[in-house]
Amino acid sequence: MTLAQEAHGFLSPTGVEIAFLLVGLVTFGAAIVTVTTKQLVHAALWLVVALGGLAVEYLLLTAEFIAWVQVLIYVGSVVVLLLFGLMLTRAPIGRSPDADSGNRWAALVVALAAAAALVWVVADAFRTTWIDLDGPAAGSTEATGASLFQNWVLPFEALSVLLLAALVGAIVLSRKAKAELSSPPVNSRVATGSSPSVPDSRNHPIGRNEPVAGTKSTKGTPSTRGTETAKGTESAEQEGAR
Amino acid sequence: MHLAYPAVLSALLFCTGLYGVLARRNAILVLMSVELMLNAVNLNLVAFDVWLSKAAEETLHSGQALTLFTIAIAAAEIGIGLAIVLAVHRNRGTADIDKLRDTAEGHEPDDRDDTDSEARPAEQAAGSGRTGKAEATA
Repeated sequence: MTLAQEAHGFLSPTGVEIAFLLVGLVTFGAAIVTVTTKQLVHAALWLVVALGGLAVEYLLLTAEFIAWVQVLIYVGSVVVLLLFGLMLTRAPIGRSPDADSGNRWAALVVALAAAAALVWVVADAFRTTWIDLDGPAAGSTEATGASLFQNWVLPFEALSVLLLAALVGAIVLSRKAKAELSSPPVNSRVATGSSPSVPDSRNHPIGRNEPVAGTKSTKGTPSTRGTETAKGTESAEQEGAR
Repeated sequence: MHLAYPAVLSALLFCTGLYGVLARRNAILVLMSVELMLNAVNLNLVAFDVWLSKAAEETLHSGQALTLFTIAIAAAEIGIGLAIVLAVHRNRGTADIDKLRDTAEGHEPDDRDDTDSEARPAEQAAGSGRTGKAEATA
């Protein structure tokens, strides 16, 4: 073991290390593009590259079951879900100049400082630590399944309850507004045009047409009331068109 | 394999996700960055589990089990998160998290006029700006 450790070194990397390094560079580059690109759909597609590269890294670390779970769940479903979310929120297809918020430079400083600190600490702490990848795979499906169903059965079952709760929660969150949307069928355009955050605005559809009258009489926020109601009506129209 | 390779890669990926969470404006892009951070943690867990399963005699494979749990929780999180983002988009017409400032303290919304000295105490008595807005326009 010690002889094998002495044979290691940064200057003579093994083939697995070179492969890990190259795939890691691709993964990191894809992640950088994901968080910096101005095109929202391209961000989701670069996320596929990053997550797929991570799956390859899991394979290189002999964790095959995790790698296929990563491909199935992340690349297969999570990215598709994110793309559905982008489409449903009507994300602009082309370049959107306001994809980054104003505190981008502060975020860059924080991220660079965190990266420097973490890389320094990690590289200093595990400078002389080596993973032995020879022998039977540490993360084969047999080993993972045996440990999961021998030692981790109770968390596994609790996780199924959590998934059920998340399923029910997602259904409730998406269904509530839809029931409200379909309840007033007659003048649904005006009624759904009011956002539910302003509860009684559906009693005042005039506020949309006469924002000036509201400016004098009511002391609230009449000017944005008109724009807000108009925006709501516009989205209701778009949803009706869909 | 040197353990520093996966550790450094996961640290860099985590910081990339951190930048994305802080700098992005669209809520779905923030969710993507959260996914990147979770994946960085997963890579760390897998690497250390592979290391420990050879270094120690008897392990529980806790790293890989926790990775599977993290993947499942991330799937649940992305489902709930997207449902919330879609609900917000349906109500507000935007998925821009910079514009969702209803509960911000110290920042009055731009749309509120300073001339309404009469409605302002009513709003403060109501406790929140939203109910105050509803009362003022009722």
